Amino acid sequence: MATFTKEQVKRIGDLAAIALTDDEATSLESELNGLAESIDELNTIPTDGVEPTTNPVFLEAYLRPDIAAPPLDRDAALASAPATENGMFVAPRILGEE
Amino acid sequence: MSQKSELVTLTAEQMSAKLRSGEISARELTQAELDVIGAAEPSIQAFLARSSEEALAQADAVDKRRAKGEELPDLAGVPVAVKDMIVTKGIETTAASKILKGWIPPYDATVVARMKRVGMPILGKTNLDEFAQGSSTENSAFHPTFNPWDTTRVPGGSGGGSASAVASFESPLALGTDTGGSIRQPAAFTGTVGVKPTYGHVSRYGAIAMASSLDQVGPCARTVTDAAMLYDVIAGYDDHDSTSLPGKLPSMAAAAVKGARRDLKGLRIGIVKEATGDGFEPEVNASFNEGVELLEGMGAEVKEMSFPNFLHGIRVYYVIMPAEVSSNLARYDGMRYGLRVMPPAGVPQTAANMMACTREAGFGPEVKRRIILGTYALSAGKYDEWYGKAQRVRTVMIQDFAKAFRDIDVLVCPTAPTSAFKLGEIQDPATMYRNDIATIPANLAGLPALSIPSGLDGSGMPTGFQIMAAQRHDDTAFTVASALESAFTEKWGAPIWTKMKTPWLDSMPEE
Repeated sequence: MATFTKEQVKRIGDLAAIALTDDEATSLESELNGLAESIDELNTIPTDGVEPTTNPVFLEAYLRPDIAAPPLDRDAALASAPATENGMFVAPRILGEE
Repeated sequence: MSQKSELVTLTAEQMSAKLRSGEISARELTQAELDVIGAAEPSIQAFLARSSEEALAQADAVDKRRAKGEELPDLAGVPVAVKDMIVTKGIETTAASKILKGWIPPYDATVVARMKRVGMPILGKTNLDEFAQGSSTENSAFHPTFNPWDTTRVPGGSGGGSASAVASFESPLALGTDTGGSIRQPAAFTGTVGVKPTYGHVSRYGAIAMASSLDQVGPCARTVTDAAMLYDVIAGYDDHDSTSLPGKLPSMAAAAVKGARRDLKGLRIGIVKEATGDGFEPEVNASFNEGVELLEGMGAEVKEMSFPNFLHGIRVYYVIMPAEVSSNLARYDGMRYGLRVMPPAGVPQTAANMMACTREAGFGPEVKRRIILGTYALSAGKYDEWYGKAQRVRTVMIQDFAKAFRDIDVLVCPTAPTSAFKLGEIQDPATMYRNDIATIPANLAGLPALSIPSGLDGSGMPTGFQIMAAQRHDDTAFTVASALESAFTEKWGAPIWTKMKTPWLDSMPEE
């Protein structure tokens, strides 16, 4: 059974906040199913009792010295924003209808 | 050959000596490289942005300090190019993506700050596959880059711009980033040297995040010693990167100089059996075998070793990498910087719709493919079956390597299964991904790995020889690489780049 259907690709697109076109969803469906078949072969490798790796180089967690340093200043942080007002980012509305 | 051509074909090490002795100024050298860029770019297209004025100002500052008699670091005044995956204060940084077009970063990456401190003029930003995702630089949203050995062929990827810039003499040195081979495979394709350091040896602060448990910044150069000199400038602990390894590092330049003595007696070398047979072109294998013979000739003990999981690395990678990509690239949401595309008329003008339209318009096909795959790998249904499994196989691979490095000092194999292919030749993503089959395992295991040229194949294209060492033993890899480079160069009678035709150097202005 194929891992991905076109509907599923579109749903994942919604979750990833990408407004995929119909053509994109069609080609992604076949490409991703090809990759899924290959990825599924990982299940032939025994890993019972093996811990997962998140960082490949062992590093004990540590705290850096608590020294205050100036952060990015506001003008610099806002300089590349698509829209600003009164020293703030302007976002489209989050909730509500037209 | 004109004087200017002679100058730019020197190694960084030789340039450094001439700057020190006062034979040339940093401005002359930087201007010469800018002239090469001007002459070569129409046919190579390695750069996305040039920072000529900044570079000349940085060069003048070095000349001024030297005139005052200041003792300067070795690479002071030696120019460098920076992959556009690394942020540069005041210089547009795009990751070759439409979503970041026009973005001027408000800060420097740690590696850039360190190069500036040393006095290295920054020539510009080099091309790449969008967000470093690809193996040919054809995925750049702006333009492809061409291989200077044959401009109908790709320079590899994702760091094709940095590799081509160095190969074509547009710059003696460049920075790359390597998540699955993006420094080493382009090095193999362009006859240059590319180094992926041990994970944590070089700061990732200011390197645009692709897959954070795999990403590492490293040097691109024409010689092993040059790469080592740049490594020494950029490496070392940085408290802006929580995965940065504390502790002092040995000098890689010293390790390279040691290697050039070509005494490898007592050194134990393993050949990755799985990465030398089927699926690797016969000519790639042939040049690799020549390298192995040269290593034996210098006294190294060589044995074949089997890594049954080595070729599964690509499967592990295509779960973990997209998972991290989907998470890291969530920040491109049209809110604080970069592209914003509002929904079309008739669609509610909400933040969520703006994000979906921005990301649809701003990302290219390969980036979307990986985000979708990664989002799926992290979804409730697949989290254990794919992501958890891949993380466990990753552990097994790390253990396989750790066990092997008890008996050997370095592991070797060809860098890539083929030499550079033609632009447009590979359309299928799975075939493209196979390019990185021999480079990915070092990223998964955090190992230092580098690629040096091993010769030219029948079509006159370079092939690459990869050397991997145990975690934190980057110096061993440099020593072996330097020895092999020296042996190859003696066998060929001259460095590999002397075999390359460089019409752009002949068309340079002379004054």
